[in-house]
Amino acid sequence: MNGKLKSTLINYLFVLPAVLIFAIFYIYPFLKVFQLSMVEWDGILPTMQFIGLDNFKEIMQDKIWWDSMWHAGYITLIALTFQNGLALLLALVCDREIKGRNFFRVLFFVPPILSEVVVGLVWQWILDGNYGILNNLLSSIGLHSLVHNWLSDPKTALTCIAIVHSWKGFGWGFIIMLAGLQTIPRQLYEAARVDGAGSWQMFSKVTLPLMIPVFSMVVILTILGSMQVFVLIIAMVGQGLVYHTTVPVLRILGAMTGSSRFGYACAQGIIFGLILIIISFTQKKFSEKIKQA
Amino acid sequence: MQNVKSKMHNFNVKFKNFIFLFLILNFTFLIFNLTGCGGGAGQGDRIQPAVTINAWHWMTDRDDAFAELAARYEKKTGVKVKFELYAPSDSYTQKVRAAAQAGTLPDIFGLLGEKRDFASFVIAGHVANLDSEMLRDNAAWKNKFFSRAIAVNEFLPDNEFKVEPGVYGVPLDVMNIQMLYNKKLLKDAGIKRPPKTWDEFLAMGEKFKESGVQGLVSGWGEMWMIDCFASNYAFNIMGEEKVMKTIKGEIPYTDPEWIAVFNLFKEMADNNILYNGIVTMVNKTAEQLFANERAAFAFNGSWCVNVYAGMNPDLDYGVMFPPAKGDFLMKAWGGAGSSFLVNGRSLFKQETIDFLRWLSDDEQQAYLAEVTKNLPANKDCITKLTPVLASFAKAMEDTTHPNIWPVHEFPLVIEAFDKGIQAIIIGEKSPAEIAVEVQKVKEKELNKRRQY
Repeated sequence: MNGKLKSTLINYLFVLPAVLIFAIFYIYPFLKVFQLSMVEWDGILPTMQFIGLDNFKEIMQDKIWWDSMWHAGYITLIALTFQNGLALLLALVCDREIKGRNFFRVLFFVPPILSEVVVGLVWQWILDGNYGILNNLLSSIGLHSLVHNWLSDPKTALTCIAIVHSWKGFGWGFIIMLAGLQTIPRQLYEAARVDGAGSWQMFSKVTLPLMIPVFSMVVILTILGSMQVFVLIIAMVGQGLVYHTTVPVLRILGAMTGSSRFGYACAQGIIFGLILIIISFTQKKFSEKIKQA
Repeated sequence: MQNVKSKMHNFNVKFKNFIFLFLILNFTFLIFNLTGCGGGAGQGDRIQPAVTINAWHWMTDRDDAFAELAARYEKKTGVKVKFELYAPSDSYTQKVRAAAQAGTLPDIFGLLGEKRDFASFVIAGHVANLDSEMLRDNAAWKNKFFSRAIAVNEFLPDNEFKVEPGVYGVPLDVMNIQMLYNKKLLKDAGIKRPPKTWDEFLAMGEKFKESGVQGLVSGWGEMWMIDCFASNYAFNIMGEEKVMKTIKGEIPYTDPEWIAVFNLFKEMADNNILYNGIVTMVNKTAEQLFANERAAFAFNGSWCVNVYAGMNPDLDYGVMFPPAKGDFLMKAWGGAGSSFLVNGRSLFKQETIDFLRWLSDDEQQAYLAEVTKNLPANKDCITKLTPVLASFAKAMEDTTHPNIWPVHEFPLVIEAFDKGIQAIIIGEKSPAEIAVEVQKVKEKELNKRRQY
C-alpha cells in the first residue's frame, strides 16, 4: 500500500465514526419515518401493508388534525406577542442601572427551569373551578360574574394554556434579549442623546434595528417551542377538553400509542415537520428583508 | 543531521502505522457493538451463570411487595427475580413497545392496552402460549383463577385476530369498577340511603345543590373511565347482544337506545350530579377529592380501596352498583386486573413459568391481597377480605370487559365516542349530534377495513 493511499484511508477512518453515528442516529431514522409513513402498521406486528400516499390523503381530510394545528398556532401567536413582549419589556428594565437587577435576572429565569409538569399542576390548582386561587381572588374583589371553571370551558381553556406556556417561556426570551441589549455600544445612545433624541427615538432608531438578529432568533425559538408544546397541556387538562386543547404533537402521540397507527403518526410527523420548516424559512426571509430595509 | 531525519522518518511511519491499526481496531469494536454481536443487549444478565429472571411492571403500589416475594423465591429456589418498575403507565407502555420492536423485552412483562395490541404481541412471537402449562393436571393452574381473569388473557378458537388459541398470561389480580358513596356527605345532604334507580340518583342533584355538596367525581379527563360508565349503561339499556351488533356494524350508533345512553350524561350534567370540572379531571385528582370528602359519589375501580386507605384511613364509604336505568342486567367493567406475560423468546422460559406459578399460589396471592388491598386473581384467597373489598369481589361474576368480547371496536370510534360524551357534558353538543358523529367515524373505519 503506497503512502498516499494509506494517508487518505487514515483520513477517511478518522471521519468514519462520526459519519457512522450520524447515519445511524439521524439519516436512518429520517428515512425510516418516510418509509413508515407509507404503510399501515400497528408498531408491533411483523408485517406492514404498503398503502402509498393514503395516510397523507387522510391527513388532508382530517379536521381534528388541522384544528390541532390551529390550536398550536394560537398558542404560538400568544407566545410571540405576550411572552416576547413581556420578555423585551423586562430585559429593557434590567438593562438599566436599577437596584437589585441581578436578583430580578435570576427571578425571571426561574419559570423556564421548572418542570413543565410541575408548572402545569400548580397552574391547574390556581385555575381550579372549585378551590382555585384565581376564583377566590375574583370573588374577593367582587367580580363574581367572572368566576368559573377556566380549564373546563372551551372558551377559556386554550387561552389559559397559552398564557401559562408564555409565563413559563418568557425567561428564555428575556435572557437572550438582555444579552442582545448589552452588546449595543453605549456610545450610540450617547451620540443619539447629544443629537437630541428622546427615549422613544433612541429605542426605535438605535435599539430596535440593532436587535433585529436577536428578535429573529427569539421568534424562531418561540415558534418551534410553542408549536411543539404538549407536556404542559397533559399536566393541565389530562387527555384534553374534547378537542379544544389538542395540538399536533398530542395527535401524533395518540395515533402512535392510542390508536396503534404507526404509519399515520409518521405521516403526521412529516407534515408537521414540513410546516415548521416552511414557517422557519419564511420567518428568516422576512427578518432578512426587515434588516435590509 | 541525516541520521536524525532518518529516525524522524522512521518514527513518523511507525506512528502512522500505529494510528492506522488503532483506528481499524476501534472501527471493528464499534461495528461489533452496534450490531449487537457483543451479546447481552436488553437481557444483560444472560451471561451470568445463575438464573436471573427479569420482570418489568408499572404498579407503583406493588413494587415493594414484588421485591419481598422475589427475595422469598430466591431463598427458596436460588433463582433470582429482578423486578423493575416503570411508571406512569403511559411511559411503561411506550417502553414495552420500544423493547418489543428492538427485541429486548424482559422475561416477564405486562401489557396495558386493547386486545388487538395483545394479539399483535402474540403474533409477533413476543408472548409465550401457556396453554400446556395451564391445562396440566386437569387444568389445576387454570382453575385457580376467576374465569374472567383467565378470559382476558385467553384467545379462543376462531378469534378475529387469528391468534393460535390458548392462554397467554398469568392474572395477578382482578378488578371491577363500581360506584362509591360517602356515608357522611349523603347524611349531610339529607339522603337516607344510596340510590337504587337512575331517577333517584338524578333527584339527589337538587339536595346536593341545597346543601353545597358536590356529586360524582371520576377521572373523565382520562377517556377510558368515560367508556366504562357508558358501557355499563349500554349493557343495561340495550343488552349485550345489541352492543355486540353495534360493534360488528349491524346497528348504528344513531339507534334511539344509543342516544339514550348518551343522554344519561346530559341528564347528569343538567341535574347537578357531576362535579364541576369533571371532564378534564384525571383519576388521581378524583381519588383525592373523594378521599378528602369533597364529593358524595365516585366512580372508581377496586384498586381505590388501597388508594383511599393511604389518603384518608378514616373515610367512611360504601360500594354500590351504578343505579339501573334500563331493564337488562347491568354489567360492571371489570375482570381485567394486571397480568404477567412470559416473553416468547426468553432464555429462561420454564424457570419464568415456574416462578409465575409460585406467584399465583394461595400463600403469595394472599400476601399480595393483604399488603396491596387488591382483589387477588386466585379465587381461593377471596375469603380474607375487608367488607368493602368483599363488596367488590361479590360483583366479579357480573363484570364484563372489551378484552373478553368476541368483537372489538375501532380505536378511532372509541375516541369519537368518549370525546363526544365530554362535549355533551359541557353542553356543546346534543346526544343526537354526537350519535351522528360517532356513526360517521364508524362508517369511515368500516370502509377502511373493507379497503385494506
